[in-house]
Amino acid sequence: MSATLRPYLTAVRHTLTAAMCLDNFSSQVVERHNKPEVEVRTSKELLLTPVVISRNEKEKVLIETSINSVRISIAVKQADEIERILCHKFMRFMMMRAENFIVLRRKPVEGYDISFLITNFHTEQMYKHKLVDFVIHFMEEIDKEISEMKLAVNARARICAEEFLKRF
Amino acid sequence: MAERHSFGVNPITCHAWNKDRSQVALSPNNNEVHIYQRVDNDWKLLDVLNQHDLRVTGIDWAPNTNRIVTCAVDRNAYVWSQGEDGKWKPTLVLLRINRAATCVKWSPLENKFAVGSGARLISVCYFESENDWWVSKHIKKPIRSTITSLDWHPNNVLLVAGSADFKVRIFSAFMKDIEEMPQPSPWGMKMSLGQLLAEFPNSPCGGGWVHSVAFSGDGNKVCWVGHDSSVSVADATRQMAVTKLRTEFLPFLSCVWVGRNSLVAAGHSCCPMLYSVNEAGQLYLNCKLDMSQKKEAGGLSAMRKFQSLDRQARIETNDTTLETVHQNAITCVCLYAGTKGNASRFSTSGLDGKLVIWDLQTLENSIQGMKIV
Repeated sequence: MSATLRPYLTAVRHTLTAAMCLDNFSSQVVERHNKPEVEVRTSKELLLTPVVISRNEKEKVLIETSINSVRISIAVKQADEIERILCHKFMRFMMMRAENFIVLRRKPVEGYDISFLITNFHTEQMYKHKLVDFVIHFMEEIDKEISEMKLAVNARARICAEEFLKRF
Repeated sequence: MAERHSFGVNPITCHAWNKDRSQVALSPNNNEVHIYQRVDNDWKLLDVLNQHDLRVTGIDWAPNTNRIVTCAVDRNAYVWSQGEDGKWKPTLVLLRINRAATCVKWSPLENKFAVGSGARLISVCYFESENDWWVSKHIKKPIRSTITSLDWHPNNVLLVAGSADFKVRIFSAFMKDIEEMPQPSPWGMKMSLGQLLAEFPNSPCGGGWVHSVAFSGDGNKVCWVGHDSSVSVADATRQMAVTKLRTEFLPFLSCVWVGRNSLVAAGHSCCPMLYSVNEAGQLYLNCKLDMSQKKEAGGLSAMRKFQSLDRQARIETNDTTLETVHQNAITCVCLYAGTKGNASRFSTSGLDGKLVIWDLQTLENSIQGMKIV
């Protein structure tokens, strides 16, 4: 693991731990509603200042917090065209099945590849530190996954090319 | 030191004790209020109060008149009184609010109660015997956001309210129809209903939502906890001086006075803390009250330790349970034995469905350096 990844993950972990202090909060705009304030954005005083933690230009995390929900958006490293395509396909695969991931948002926030929406109902049902662990784990696995897929694609392309060129 | 009781896995929204502490009313994060009777070390479900349609947000049990008031997200409040057969009968209170009610408190004389709401107002309700219903009067100005918590001054007139617009305000809730003109208090002279007597911002530059407020036993101090992880105390006898302590813990959600100069705050850190005010009027951390020891991890190899430190930026891998008694945020702190000025035991409940009774006297004897002042 490279030297910049650890402080990056530590910063994300501490920010998430502080950001995930959520309350059950009914809407003060619409009667009998209870909506994630970070999404509806109806009351300015219920939103906290968003935080961006970036490791480099490409890799960054946006953490937006409100009184009853937190939205975490992750930009994944995409060094070349293949990685960009793979990342896009992979994220699309997951976001189409967002309800099975419980905390996943169906669309990413603009400028990011994937977003999680964690509400007070999630922190009531699940251990908070495990939710933080999940996000951290996701962030480190996703890089690994994409580089593995890239290797697999390259290997396959090489075999295909070899097979194809044998004919000439 | 701490008696632990569990009421399932659902969060306990709030709880309230009866006068002799043999029964507890709690809401399992839905529209019901459960009343449990203590049988030895077990709890027997006596009654389920299900009149509300939506999640109950506040319960308060008047000790002397033995009435329960509950409020909920469905914008209603009910006053429950016990019939001859021991069953609880509801009386609807017209709060005249159009957003969720968030908190409710009986006044010390139990002749009126206050309900905070998301409609940016406080309803102060009293019983009008000629019409045989509860009448509510509103305190509106200058509240700008949801009221998150309330507390009554011991003189039965002043009301402190914390709200999500980062402010703590002290109002007069004097009802000229039902009570005599009160004695002036150090908080101010004007006593008409809704009169704003003092306003404290949580911090000079904003500072986060106020989660809980409490008047001290003598009524001269008010403490509050905010989302910036701070604990603050304002003292009326020192020209409304505010002392604020920013802590390194996660934000607190509830606070209660346990001594003349001491208070207990608990919240997202899952551990109740004792704070005190010294002679100079400064707040300091007296001690952590949760003395649970970290469990010794069996056979944690150095290799795994370094691996997890490297991968996930933390030391342990198998730490599903927290080392504190509560496993999730503490949302409600109530006094169990004693008064605000001199409490010997208090109870906490939280999102983990646990109700814990802490004994301050045993804690004081066992923890070095802890002294309730």
